[in-house]
Amino acid sequence: MKSFRRLVYPYLVWGIIFIVIPMLLIVFYAFTKDGNSVMPVKFTLDNFTRFFSDSIFVNVLIRSLKLAFITTVICIIIGYPCAYFMARLKPNSQAMMVLLVTFPMWINMLVRTYAWRGLLIESGISPEIKVYIGMIYNFLPFMVLQIYTSLSKMDKDLITAAHDLGCDNKLAFLKVTLPLSVPGIISGITLVFLPAVSSFFIPKLLGGGSYVLVGNLVENYFVTTGDWNFGSAISLIMTAVILISMYFTRKFDYSKEDR
Amino acid sequence: MKKKPFSKLYLALILLFLYLPIVYVVVFSFNESKSLTHFTGFSLRWYEKMFESQTMMDAVYYTIVIAVIATVVSTIVGTITAIGMSKSRKLIRESIVQMNNLPMLNPEIVTAIGLMLFFTALNIRLGFITLLLAHIIFCIPYVVLSIMPKLRQLDDNLAEAALDLGCTPFKALYKVIIPQILPGIVSGALIAFTMSFDDFVISYFVTGPGINNISTYVYTSVKRIDPTVNALSALIVLAITIILLIVNILPLIKERKTKRNEETI
Repeated sequence: MKSFRRLVYPYLVWGIIFIVIPMLLIVFYAFTKDGNSVMPVKFTLDNFTRFFSDSIFVNVLIRSLKLAFITTVICIIIGYPCAYFMARLKPNSQAMMVLLVTFPMWINMLVRTYAWRGLLIESGISPEIKVYIGMIYNFLPFMVLQIYTSLSKMDKDLITAAHDLGCDNKLAFLKVTLPLSVPGIISGITLVFLPAVSSFFIPKLLGGGSYVLVGNLVENYFVTTGDWNFGSAISLIMTAVILISMYFTRKFDYSKEDR
Repeated sequence: MKKKPFSKLYLALILLFLYLPIVYVVVFSFNESKSLTHFTGFSLRWYEKMFESQTMMDAVYYTIVIAVIATVVSTIVGTITAIGMSKSRKLIRESIVQMNNLPMLNPEIVTAIGLMLFFTALNIRLGFITLLLAHIIFCIPYVVLSIMPKLRQLDDNLAEAALDLGCTPFKALYKVIIPQILPGIVSGALIAFTMSFDDFVISYFVTGPGINNISTYVYTSVKRIDPTVNALSALIVLAITIILLIVNILPLIKERKTKRNEETI
């Protein structure tokens, strides 16, 4: 079957052209200035020093992390009981609930966010709270479904065993159910936190122009200002921050499993 | 058992939260006035306006055309690549897996600006072609990812046996391998279609003036109050409801038919 090996080469070339080179271009732009004129190339750290020496930019980054963090935490707090109750329903109702929770995700994110804009337009809620509502709304189903999957895979006999060994409901939950659902929570965090840091249309549609996040900065520097070098640098910083936070989330997961 | 009513109430509240904006958008698409907060009376004028609006119909047209082409191309390329990967040396396979992970792990906006820089560096004018190309680029990894597990389950000897029995490699691929991994191909195609249909971030950065899909149209029209967007949203809700009903009910009917057949046998 070695002849089939050759089948990968077209995509290998495709991927290098359309996936790897664009990433390298971002790095190239981030470390240069006035990238529109190709020669002479001069590498510089100016874009990065500009970002970190200006408290406005740093504050936007901190605000984005805070928004993503709080969104993730609230999604866990609201989503966990939901997933837990779902997993205890009859099998048919469980399938129905999964379908009902999944259904809104099929509808275009922009359309749903637009709907919230109409709903909240005269509510008098502050832009920041509106953005939080939109974020939680968009990401809650991901969290619920991840936790639900890990809870429904759990062997129900374990709970019975815990009861037999003298645990009350609370202790059985804390010692058996919760630890076993940690992988679900972790993958939920991955699916919520990561895109939440870089989100830019929810803050823009619901927060008006007043609530700027790091994703909006990237958008502004690419679409409005046209300073692609600085925009590339911001997106690199954002990616680095996300990778670092994902690294710590995973580490937490492994340390839990080791116990 | 005491806790049952509370858990039911909680689930109902979550569903209320999830469906509130959807119900809102459908109800207000029938609103007579332009108001987004007061329902003044039933009318179909926003639907009429929607079908009259050339830019809106263009957006729907581009969304569907691009989703269909991107699904077909990415499914074919993804299937071929996945089959090739299953027979390749580890080094090549791993490097393709890593390469595939890049657009899926990166924030979407990073993939988007990467492609925008790339197209501009090559002097390709942003528009329909770049939009289509970008959609194909981000769909292929999902197709490959959904076919790979099916190929891992596949017995290598099957294809060998087909060759021993006189099949050409192409015939073995077509008659033996493809039918076995078909469920993976179908789910890959479905994921590709929904990813393309729903995409906003990447489309927003790689499209040019005059070319919109539904997402970018909604984004640009949001600055003014435009209830025709409600009408469009309501139609999308209707379309997705119908599709999901068919997808979920068809297997039930099939199941019943096979059961009936079994009973008759």
